[in-house]
Amino acid sequence: MRPETLRRFGKGCISALVSSGILFAALIVTLLAFGLPIVPSLHLIVDGAFGDRFGMSRTAVKMTPLLCTGLAMIVAWRAGIYNIGGEGQFIVGGIVGAWTASFLPHDLQGIPATLSLVLILVACVAGGSAWAWFAGWLYVRRGVAVVISTILLNFIAVQILGWAVSGPLQEAKHQVPLTEQLPDALMLPKFNRQMDLHAGVIIALLLAVLVYVFLFLTKSGYRLRLIGDSPNVARANRMHVPREQLKAMVLSGALCGLAGGIEFTGMTGQLGLGFSQQWGFLGIPVALLAGLHPLAAIPSALYFGALFAGSENLARFTEAGTTIVYVIQAVAVLAFVGTRSIASRRDAGRVEDDSPTETLVGATAGGTS
Amino acid sequence: MNELLLLIGYSAPVGLAAVGETVSQKSGVINIGLEGAMLCSAFVSMLVCHATGNAALGVAAGMLTGCAISLVFGVFTVILGGDQVVVGTAINLFSLGLTGTLFRSIFGQSGQLISVSKIPNWHGLDPLLAFLLVSLPLVTWLLTRTKWGLAVRSAGEYPKATVAAGYSVLGLRLEALTLGGVFAGLAGTYLSLGITGTFAENMTAGRGFVAIAMVTFGRWKPSLAFASALLIGFAESLQFRFQSYGWKVPYQLMIALPYVIALLVLVIVGKGAASPQALGQPYRREN
Repeated sequence: MRPETLRRFGKGCISALVSSGILFAALIVTLLAFGLPIVPSLHLIVDGAFGDRFGMSRTAVKMTPLLCTGLAMIVAWRAGIYNIGGEGQFIVGGIVGAWTASFLPHDLQGIPATLSLVLILVACVAGGSAWAWFAGWLYVRRGVAVVISTILLNFIAVQILGWAVSGPLQEAKHQVPLTEQLPDALMLPKFNRQMDLHAGVIIALLLAVLVYVFLFLTKSGYRLRLIGDSPNVARANRMHVPREQLKAMVLSGALCGLAGGIEFTGMTGQLGLGFSQQWGFLGIPVALLAGLHPLAAIPSALYFGALFAGSENLARFTEAGTTIVYVIQAVAVLAFVGTRSIASRRDAGRVEDDSPTETLVGATAGGTS
Repeated sequence: MNELLLLIGYSAPVGLAAVGETVSQKSGVINIGLEGAMLCSAFVSMLVCHATGNAALGVAAGMLTGCAISLVFGVFTVILGGDQVVVGTAINLFSLGLTGTLFRSIFGQSGQLISVSKIPNWHGLDPLLAFLLVSLPLVTWLLTRTKWGLAVRSAGEYPKATVAAGYSVLGLRLEALTLGGVFAGLAGTYLSLGITGTFAENMTAGRGFVAIAMVTFGRWKPSLAFASALLIGFAESLQFRFQSYGWKVPYQLMIALPYVIALLVLVIVGKGAASPQALGQPYRREN
């Protein structure tokens, strides 16, 4: 190996170690702060997340939407676009998917059913990317901050969901605000009838690899990263910055829409008012703690997926519920912001590592200008 | 008249938060953590009121909590230079988790309905509503007619000029965030002690984000931001009226209407000159 590669590898290992340390510390600090006994609590969490095959299935199922929305954030934020509309894109993806499903004949078997499933997922992707495209268009054409437009679009999506599940898409009896349950044939295949584990996990893992290949091994991905890192260099090289950013936003929305589709066809099978359990927002910490690296998003999503699954177990025996995971995520993100900022102060003037994570979590102004 | 007061009371949480957020945004900071600040204040004010039985103490505690959370946001974004979206999202998650976990551990797993004494009112007008109505001209005056307001606005438009004029951008932004925090705290408090007299998990339910959106809709003017909040409240109240008339208009679409209008405004005018030019950009001192 070239010394350069070796040095990079070493640096990566160190930052992974530091990240794991911070994540673990955040967990301990949070447990301490709520006055929970450390060892028994950790035991409960680990047991709930990895104790048996049911635990592992729960972990994997929670990891799936986190990984998808995390990847979505990585794509957009790498291009310097602060997409916080994952929630809306996730929901709209689900709605368009459910709407498509309502047209499909349900009694088909074999290949046509698979085809229908694919069709539903494609519809979800289309819905999510269209929702993101609008925010992207507003940004590149009208200069409207993506932060503002995606917040507004999140709300509109939530209201459309509320209207859809109690109006046009409501189940046939019109009693509860839910859509019709998707027949098993149109759901993502499950590995075991007793467990929630579904094929969406594999899709999510494949997506992580695909996003990695796209970002780091293709020209298009390189342009996207360059635009996020140094828009001026990109402009000087005659790249069309707005077009690339719009592309990143649409891709990001597509991933969120697919996340909604996988949740719909893999887990819930129907839409209700609580269709998105904050998955769109939770993708942000997942992406950040992965250092905006698609492959690192896998352990990051796994960690938080396991925390969700484990804290469900914790909730059974203590007063703390899954809400404790939010605190752990938040403490970890803030700890990252703090340490990055202090580190970048120390290295001030030594411009060396200009990955966009530095720009985002750290203390430089380049990303937003 | 009474109906109008009812509407104002109903819209007060978003209205208060939007007025405060206007000040923060004028200084160049989008307080994405507004939602979290409101939620924490709602919880703390309820807790203090529950423990002491005194609504005034609850209001004070809620106000301080709003300030504290906004200052935490300020430390990470303004002083440490972290990204406002990242830190804001973290603070929202933190508040959601903290209040949810504490609520359940203090009041039991079921989170049974507890009720605390509400803020006393006089024909529907209570001190917080009065404060909101008085604050509108006051904040407008503060932003447009005082030296401090000019300095704050310059920090949001062109921070370099602020420094050249001898002010501290970081100091001004922290002050603006603190003032915004007072309003965010009162907004949360009004939700728990003014309207419901109780607390529920995630009871702000996105009102902080609505307030941020209303600042944009109100073109960064306190009174217009408050008017937009009233519009939201009015749209929400229409659902009950339509139900009583027996009209079949999907009320969710009515609620979505103000957001759609806000988006359309943005489509038409774009970012426009009304937006502070340095909004959302961290400022770093040049050594």
